[in-house]
Amino acid sequence: MENNLIEIKNLKKSFGKINVLRGIDFSIKKGDVSCIIGPSGSGKSTFLRCINLLDYPTSGEIIYKGENVLKNNYNVDFYRSKVGMVFQQFNLFNNMNVLDNCTIGQVKVLKKDYNSAKENALKFLEKVQMSKFIEAKPSQLSGGQKQRVAIARALSMDSEILLFDEPTSALDPETVGEVLKVMKDLAQSGLTMIIVTHEMAFAKEVSNRIVFMDDGIICEQGKPEEILVNPKNERTKNFLFRFIVGESG
Amino acid sequence: MERTFFEWIGYILNHYGSRFLKGTAITLLISLLGTIIGFLIGLGLGSAKKLPRSSSKIKNFFLMILNGLITCYVEVFRGTPMMVQAIVIYFGMQEFMGINFSPTIAGIIIVSINTGAYMVEVVRGGIESVDPGQMEAAKSIGMSHGQAMIYVILPQTIKNILPATGNEFIINIKDTSVLNVISVTELFFVTKSIKGAIFRTYETFIVAALIYFVLTLTVTRLLKMLEKRMDGSKEFVHASSTMPILFLKKPGEKNGK
Ligand SMILES: Nc1ncnc2c1ncn2[C@@H]1O[C@H](COP(=O)(O)OP(=O)(O)O)[C@@H](O)[C@H]1O
Ligand SMILES: [Mg+2]
Repeated sequence: MENNLIEIKNLKKSFGKINVLRGIDFSIKKGDVSCIIGPSGSGKSTFLRCINLLDYPTSGEIIYKGENVLKNNYNVDFYRSKVGMVFQQFNLFNNMNVLDNCTIGQVKVLKKDYNSAKENALKFLEKVQMSKFIEAKPSQLSGGQKQRVAIARALSMDSEILLFDEPTSALDPETVGEVLKVMKDLAQSGLTMIIVTHEMAFAKEVSNRIVFMDDGIICEQGKPEEILVNPKNERTKNFLFRFIVGESG
Repeated sequence: MERTFFEWIGYILNHYGSRFLKGTAITLLISLLGTIIGFLIGLGLGSAKKLPRSSSKIKNFFLMILNGLITCYVEVFRGTPMMVQAIVIYFGMQEFMGINFSPTIAGIIIVSINTGAYMVEVVRGGIESVDPGQMEAAKSIGMSHGQAMIYVILPQTIKNILPATGNEFIINIKDTSVLNVISVTELFFVTKSIKGAIFRTYETFIVAALIYFVLTLTVTRLLKMLEKRMDGSKEFVHASSTMPILFLKKPGEKNGK
């Protein structure tokens, strides 16, 4: 229990009458790389968005450093700066160039001085191989480049955990690889990550846990070889079967 | 002696040119300041309308009141002619509050408030046209709502609403003419008094029309240029020349210019 970075207890989220998340328990250890799979509409995005409070859970607990972040008066903005998010649609700040995208949060939220923010940003832009593009505006970049900058932006905040919501689903096939490579390097460097993805081969390779979600609950979770090769749950089996058929056909 | 049309125009420019210039300057001053202040009012109140609901009931109650007040302001000032607003505000301030502004100051105040009412809705629309993903990304790196607005949303909003703001400016250049009802010595007022002095209605107002037209045309052009500049150049500099040596200098490679 003690070494859990984040612990989620009985998390529920409803939009009006629709119960999208129906009680999720989940714990994240430092260095964990978890991949969430599951059919569209099963609540994967909502789950991620609840973890960093972009959507506010209806009930449940999210324990971070021994405190429930859902209790009144918790400093939500600070918590969010520690839980980074990488979006399917990149969402780089359109009014800023690549470097400013990676420094603005450090300067305005973490109150770093500009020079150390810049140094930090350049370190991560180098890591995702985008340091040549610091002057470029988002509109001048390809999808894969944008996503790599978005990853650098999240890393620049010295986040303790990064959430990825289908980070390669909006990319051209030829740029998917460059983003997955960056994510693989991050996983190997010990970063804690939760990744919603349909890239099964990637999930199998980088994660130490696969989580299958359906209809607002976690149906099954375990090591990649267990879940992907020998699923026990009927719904997992069906999903993976359809997935394999879909991929080859 | 009878003058021809062009002789009259020449005569007017010769004798009254400097008065026309002063009127033009007042018109420009009032419409420019009015547009800028109205723009700021719009930014402030338009953003206030987009404040997120909070978890506290009391705060939400005040938000509702604030929203209601803003809506009243917008509806009242969009629903009445500026000429009437000018009279009511100018004489109202004198009668009931004992405030005596010069007509020019009063004119600036009236045009600002009037423009503000239009800009509130323009700004609200401009904020809504920014991709919601921008706000989410700002939140996800820990920005507060206010920081996200200032550094991410409003800069993009302003770019979106620049054409509408320019339009407001042009409308204001023309509509300041109604301020002659409170004796602001703007272009229309000046034209009327020159006409009164020489009894040549047609020629005097032709000169005024030309000045208005040149003003609006010039402003239109300037705004087009500004918009182009805000779109920025399509090229960017590859960073190798500006990067700190620490990161990029490889053995044998020269640092750029
Ligand atoms: N803001 C919202 N308002 C209402 N319903 C929503 C909202 N966001 C998501 N939903 C609903 O929640 C369900 C799960 O959505 P989502 O979490 O996006 O699923 P997934 O990412 O697994 O495809 C869907 O039925 C979706 O329509
Ligand atoms: Mg989704």
